[in-house]
Amino acid sequence: MWFFIGPKVVFGEDALDYLEQIQGSKALIVTDRVIADLGIVDRVREKLKTAGIECEVFDEVEPDPSDTTVFKILDRLKDYEPDWIVGLGGGSSMDAAKTAWVLWENPEKRLEDINAFTPVSVNQKARLITITTTSGTGSEVTWATVVTDTREHRKMILMAKEIVPFAAIVDPKLTLSMPPRLTAVTGLDALTHVVESYINSWKNDFSDAFAMKAIQFIFEYLPRAYKNGEDMEARTKMANAATMAGLSFGNASVGIAHGVAHSVGAVFGLPHGLVCGVALPYVIEYNIPTSAKYLAELAELIGIRERDERRAAKALAERTRKLLREIEIPLCLKDLGIGEKEFRENFERLVRLTIQDASSTLNPRTFTREDIEKIYECIYYGREVDF
Amino acid sequence: MVKFPSDDWAKAYMKALNENRAYEDAALDWEGDFLFVIDPDDKLKQRTAIYLDLHHGKCREAYVLKPGEEKKTSFVIEAPYGVWVRVIKKELDAIRGLMTGKLKLKGDMAKVMRYTKAAQEMVNTTTAIQSEFL
Repeated sequence: MWFFIGPKVVFGEDALDYLEQIQGSKALIVTDRVIADLGIVDRVREKLKTAGIECEVFDEVEPDPSDTTVFKILDRLKDYEPDWIVGLGGGSSMDAAKTAWVLWENPEKRLEDINAFTPVSVNQKARLITITTTSGTGSEVTWATVVTDTREHRKMILMAKEIVPFAAIVDPKLTLSMPPRLTAVTGLDALTHVVESYINSWKNDFSDAFAMKAIQFIFEYLPRAYKNGEDMEARTKMANAATMAGLSFGNASVGIAHGVAHSVGAVFGLPHGLVCGVALPYVIEYNIPTSAKYLAELAELIGIRERDERRAAKALAERTRKLLREIEIPLCLKDLGIGEKEFRENFERLVRLTIQDASSTLNPRTFTREDIEKIYECIYYGREVDF
Repeated sequence: MVKFPSDDWAKAYMKALNENRAYEDAALDWEGDFLFVIDPDDKLKQRTAIYLDLHHGKCREAYVLKPGEEKKTSFVIEAPYGVWVRVIKKELDAIRGLMTGKLKLKGDMAKVMRYTKAAQEMVNTTTAIQSEFL
């Protein structure tokens, strides 16, 4: 027995107009300063006004939102008592909105009580709408959130089957303002979702279906969207691919590349998608002994013609490196500006956090501490994983 | 072959867990004892509980509780016999089993969620034992 869980997905150009159709009286928009400065909040506010809904805005969400920010949003929810919560932005804003929503609906729960094994109550006080302005996170459709624990400087992955938005709005027009670098790193986040979802221990027929289409879109359209942000076809396909990737990994899981990204992100503050993308080719190589068949299937979907499964899987890793070069992303952690001394000083912590990260658990190849140490050496120096 | 559930199985499990390096790595600072409760079904007639004292990546003690004996532990995983058999045969992923309610976990969930890799290795270790089923 398993589930496929997802919200209503409103997609395509002008999907934002859907807001004009919802019914209610008050909405709290949870977002960040950049989105507010770009005028996107005003557009959302306008649509809600048409629906007869007044709103307030919380625009203080930072990248990798902290528990402190979530508690601030919670206070606003308690004061304002909206019947809609709108998570607007990238993964950070949507995750912060989702998490505050759950805490508001379940006042007896602490942050760490949001876990996959205990049901939570939602939709009693407000409904959640997610509106994504990037093409990568998939948070608009998943039943998980990531919040930074400021006491322990680690990322907490909080999951509950109930924390699914009422609707996810995927309007490619909202992604037009993304600069090339953000387009690249968010796109790599989506690619990592696809690959890790397709090979991990919880993969299933439904998650596979979304991953199979999404990988084709990403390899074809990410370079185009990166080179020309006004390319509406590329923006549309990337927006859809990222949401499909979210539906895929959200109903399967991810793997070590995400464990590495969460850990490196927590220690060095590097963007999640960037580290995911850098780590992905090495994680593909590491998983070849257990997952060559599935990796070869993905390789075939992007046009790699190679009969031998292991060679096809290896070619997928190489094709991923080629994509990274095309969108001007370094191929190793060292080239991301992490000094060797800094890396060594934090090495033990990175390894420990990666082992403990829930994302790593479902990696198809069972790993030891030694494996993770070796993987970090490879990712840092750009050495091929051959063990 | 070791009969499941039995005290011999508990001892074999303790040995296998102590030889599992991946478990040791993942549970290096874990402190907390477990009870595996195997509820009766059409195959197993009597409720059976296996006690495990887990400490810093090692299992210090493992045994089957006497019939009627109760023991308070930090964590309890409970499921009918048939479900445990599916887990041990690797037909059912234990974490998925917990998420779908086939297995029940009692204890500090937040703590368990920080040791998902250790939990996974605990389950993987059950498959390393040559188990004989009813």
